Amino acid sequence: MLRLPRFQYVRPSSLREAVSALADCGPQAMPVAGGTDVYPKMKRRQFLPRYLVSLQGVPELKGIRGDERAGLVIGAGCTLTEVASHPVVRRFYPGLAKAIESISTPVLRNMGTIGGNLCLDTRCNYYDQTLPWRAALGWCMKAPDPGGWPMAPEAAPAENQVPCRVAPGSPRCWAVASSDGAPALMALGAQARLVGPRGERVVPVGELYRDDGMFFLEKSQAELVAEVLLPPADGTRSTYWKLRRRGAFDFPVLGVAVALSLDTDGRVAWARLAVTGVASRPLLMDEAARLLVGQKPSPELVEAVAQAVYLPVRPLDNTDFAHYYRKRMAGVYVRRALQELLGPAAAA
Amino acid sequence: MASARRSLNVVGKPLPRVDAWGKATGRTRYADDLSLPRMLYGRLLLSTQPHALIKRIDVSRALELEGVVAVITGRDVPVRYGIMPVGQDETALAVDKVRYAGEPVAAVAALDEDTAEEALSLIEVEYEPLRPIMSIEEALRLPEPRIHDYVPAGNIHRLASLEFGDVAQGFAEADYVREDLFFFQGNTHLPMEQHSALAYWDPAEGKLTLWSSTQTPHYVQRALAKALELPENRVRVIATPVGGGFGGKSDPFHHEICAAKLSMLTGRPVKITLTREEVFYAHRGRHPELMWVRTGVKRDGRITAMEFQAFLDGGAYSSYGPATTYYAGTFQTITYRIPHYRFQAVRVFTNKPPCGPKRGHGTPQPRYALEVHLDKLAHDLGLDPVELRLRNLTGPNEVTVNWLHITSNGLRQCIERIVEASGWREKRGRLPYGRGIGFAVSAYMCGAGLPIYYNDMPHSEVQVKVDRSGNVTAYSMAIDIGQGSDTVIATVVAEVLGLYPEDIRLVTADTDLTPIDLGSYSSRVTMMVGNAAYEAAMKARQLIFRAAARELGVPVRRLEARDRTVFDRRDPSRALPFAEAARLAEARFGLISTIGSYRPPQRLGTYKGSGVGPSPAYSYSACAVEVQCDPETGEVKVEKVWLAHDIGRPINPILVEGQIEGSVYMALGEVLMEEQAFRKGQHRAPSMLDYKSPTIKEMPPVVSILVETDEPRGPFGAKEVGQGPLLCVIPAVANAVYDALGVRIDETPITPEKVLKALDEKAKGGPGRVGPERKPDFAFREPTRVERPPGWPHYRPHEEG
Amino acid sequence: MAADLTGRSNTVAEATTKAPVRLLVNGQPYELLVPVHRTLLETLREDLQLTGTKHGCEVGECGMCTVLLDGEPVLSCLTLTVEVEGRTVTTVEGLERGGELHPLQKAFAQMGATQCGYCTPAMLLTAKSLLDRSPSPSEDEIREALSGVLCRCTGYIKIIAAVEMAARQMGAPDSVA
Repeated sequence: MLRLPRFQYVRPSSLREAVSALADCGPQAMPVAGGTDVYPKMKRRQFLPRYLVSLQGVPELKGIRGDERAGLVIGAGCTLTEVASHPVVRRFYPGLAKAIESISTPVLRNMGTIGGNLCLDTRCNYYDQTLPWRAALGWCMKAPDPGGWPMAPEAAPAENQVPCRVAPGSPRCWAVASSDGAPALMALGAQARLVGPRGERVVPVGELYRDDGMFFLEKSQAELVAEVLLPPADGTRSTYWKLRRRGAFDFPVLGVAVALSLDTDGRVAWARLAVTGVASRPLLMDEAARLLVGQKPSPELVEAVAQAVYLPVRPLDNTDFAHYYRKRMAGVYVRRALQELLGPAAAA
Repeated sequence: MASARRSLNVVGKPLPRVDAWGKATGRTRYADDLSLPRMLYGRLLLSTQPHALIKRIDVSRALELEGVVAVITGRDVPVRYGIMPVGQDETALAVDKVRYAGEPVAAVAALDEDTAEEALSLIEVEYEPLRPIMSIEEALRLPEPRIHDYVPAGNIHRLASLEFGDVAQGFAEADYVREDLFFFQGNTHLPMEQHSALAYWDPAEGKLTLWSSTQTPHYVQRALAKALELPENRVRVIATPVGGGFGGKSDPFHHEICAAKLSMLTGRPVKITLTREEVFYAHRGRHPELMWVRTGVKRDGRITAMEFQAFLDGGAYSSYGPATTYYAGTFQTITYRIPHYRFQAVRVFTNKPPCGPKRGHGTPQPRYALEVHLDKLAHDLGLDPVELRLRNLTGPNEVTVNWLHITSNGLRQCIERIVEASGWREKRGRLPYGRGIGFAVSAYMCGAGLPIYYNDMPHSEVQVKVDRSGNVTAYSMAIDIGQGSDTVIATVVAEVLGLYPEDIRLVTADTDLTPIDLGSYSSRVTMMVGNAAYEAAMKARQLIFRAAARELGVPVRRLEARDRTVFDRRDPSRALPFAEAARLAEARFGLISTIGSYRPPQRLGTYKGSGVGPSPAYSYSACAVEVQCDPETGEVKVEKVWLAHDIGRPINPILVEGQIEGSVYMALGEVLMEEQAFRKGQHRAPSMLDYKSPTIKEMPPVVSILVETDEPRGPFGAKEVGQGPLLCVIPAVANAVYDALGVRIDETPITPEKVLKALDEKAKGGPGRVGPERKPDFAFREPTRVERPPGWPHYRPHEEG
Repeated sequence: MAADLTGRSNTVAEATTKAPVRLLVNGQPYELLVPVHRTLLETLREDLQLTGTKHGCEVGECGMCTVLLDGEPVLSCLTLTVEVEGRTVTTVEGLERGGELHPLQKAFAQMGATQCGYCTPAMLLTAKSLLDRSPSPSEDEIREALSGVLCRCTGYIKIIAAVEMAARQMGAPDSVA
């Protein structure tokens, strides 16, 4: 049986305590909420935190407040099941509900949290392997020794000699952003409230991420995602299209989230389009979205947007499905997502 | 036996499995559920190299770790073993050389698993890497470095080269000849239960007991005795209920021998449960196989000759490979009359986990090639693919060109039922673009006619004991791996004695307590154990009837047993409860303990290689699959499967349907997504997440149709169902994709990438095919010429024996 | 939230490696002292000898170890025992009530929904939680609810049929007793 490595357990009972615990324990500490990403990685010795700071006893992270007019405030500790089954989310933010419902399996969604999904470690099929497998490979840049992943940039070895296995000449790691929630929230224009030792800040969800497979989060080690803030729904249409081999379990190897609204005369008033599974961070496709604004839906418009997503994305060969296939599907999935939202006028 | 047909009481009834209650309550104890006082936990250290010499192993730091009790390496267990007598090429831990990444090189026993795992990281192994051989082509091309020295040359493990009749003449008679190349990707069993073994060596008695999740306790007993240099009668193997086998638990395994050795060294029980990753390395799954087939036909589609060549990637060890090599060419002839047939195969060693028997053992690959090839032939000839097959079908009571004796044969009925149920004639070629229907047939054996090691003894023996409480116990070494062997034994014995399956107490799968059964492989259990159980129960019934006849004052021949009562058929009021009749019998005859033994019929063929293929009977299947393909994404969605299976007669129709549905499931996984694939010498994805096993969301509805042919050699007319129905599903999907999109994917799995590639090629005016392009340049030796059976295809019984 | 939380507390000193836990498993209260890195799976199987809960990967990729935590399915392989403090756990051994099998257990047996039986405990518990919240689910709902438990034997068909049968029986007022 794969078992957890030993660690020391800290269970703060408030957000303030949690942040302070992370700060106290330093870079060898990791927060854990649902554990569905952290524990498998600990069992495979990708993570070897000395301290685990459990967020399960933190009441401030629980609960969903607000409505479609004011916007929703979702506690980062809400389970994925709670988010996806919330009536306001289902009715007014269907793209988010669809994305969350596509995560892994129902039983896992009962455990995993929305905050955890936003902080989901980047994935790579050279990295998401057991200790013996990675030893046989000779490790990889993201987990360069048996000690596991360097938890924070400040804890990383000064000189990492191990190459990225998917792009051996590259100075960086190319592990893939694999959160379904992130692109859906980015498309909806959601923000994240972070709380850290130096206070709190609110950032657009997309700004949580860096284009780096190793250190992919723009937050300090002791900062926690406390809440997700959804803007008022206000006529927003949204959807999420996910490429994966099976109807359950699988991470996105391409995820396309679109949100938009139409004017009274049927023109696109605004649109946001986010893509995941093709780079180390989820990508907000601003140029593609801009093509939509002010336009009436048509097959040509949809095709132009699909091309504007297809051309720049550059997936690498480190997930399920061939990288060239994922790239090709990016265009197809954008087209299908837009056709779903724009209706018959957009269909070819 | 068929005489019992008129009044069957429990046979053929949809009764619950006898082991269902234990399984539905969590009471069934699988191997890893067992623990013993003072038990140690064992773990294996895996090779990091696909091919290397071991220069040095230092276990001293591991031994110093607190809680570690023993550490062993290859030198501690150097005796070679293997499932087949000709394939004794494994050791429990690698000695001097490793042959695949993941091969165990050392084993640790510790007070707990945390410590055992930590100890692994303290073992130092120094390797001198050798060039890994990772493909069939490399193995054929590179004589060096050699993976094994014991085979005559290079990395060629086994060869087969046979010709039945005169192939040159057959092709000369043909109006049309077609040849095709196919590749079948390797895949693995992925049982939900990880292999697990608990060993206990009793130093005072000098006896070893091993509880293990194994399909073959008898063969494990033999291998343990050999590897540990113990007399066989000092080794007791108890097979625990197997949480999924599919052929993957049919070999003796490293962890079984290591657990035993560690127990012998420490005097304490030792349990080793494989991690999921290690299950992928234990493997013994489907051989990757490159196949070339060439067929000559008359204008009307009748086959005049066939050549079949197969190149098998065996992985690093023999396992069942010598048999698999022959299975690549053996069963083409039991579905179709092939007047002249040449079959050549080569199995190579590569630096990958060993391949072996997975459901259908060696026959899904050639069946896929054959059935897609025939589909293409039919299109070439402008024939309905069903019609082409109907013109070439074998029938009952035939002998094949390679000397296999077909008794019952329901293939024609299977085809007719499928054509009708699926709407084949209305749908084929007429569904909208993207939607398609495909068809294929297959056949499988009901138990290998020969044992793994040569001997003259029965393949299966059953004891039935009836005691004075009226309790009936059946003893058999058969192990239920989920296929329902316990239920089959209980049902057969209950039917004969007029009881219900739940009345039968079973003692199974214990080499000390139960008489032989060779194991749950080759779809042999219903046929062989069923017949042995029938014989033993009939003998017990005879004694009980004699005692009852005297008490009731009626002749034995008028007695009947049912509903737990023995009674006069003419006057049912003259009756005794079964328990009372049992007491009378014990009073008169002493202990009522009877035996049954089963030996398969003598094979007809005597040529070298004729040992693979003979079986008491063959089951037949036909299948139609309807798919919806997305030409833009290449995705193939299976909408519905119709599968007709010639079961002979079902002992329990729920079990039969369950085996059909499970076979369809496993086939769909193989044809659409599963791959045991490698990259840079390593398994690409040894995890449940990355090895894509279909979920409940991928499973289409299945229409199961049971065709009954009343097999004269089967218990109550029964034949196998555990493996046969898988075979035809794979090519039927491939043929359906062609019907839907007009492209041929001649390589499994049929992934969206391949479908799109074929469509792109077709759009550019190409043939629209993805598959292997060329046959390896390999010179098979001249085939051994075997005369056709006289009077082929008609069977002449006097030639038997 | 205070703006500055950098003042040292004694969190590091409070970090534990073992903790006492009280939990209710199948109606039976337990008080245990467990290492914090022990999972509920390990506690159930190895400390409480409740081996009905299975495991197939231990990293959340198969669903075998599913148990009910306060009635909801969770993966026991990814649950720390210390985090089950004060909560209610139901395993397959807890499905029976006063010697009477749960209708799902009967249906699984009668419909042939178990073959090797290894996924059965997880399937049963997941199905129970489904029927508890949705007494007459559609086939799609059943497929969705059970989609986190893999099975290699049955092709799932008889499992779906068994859940449907149990739902019918539980819904029929005269068959509850």
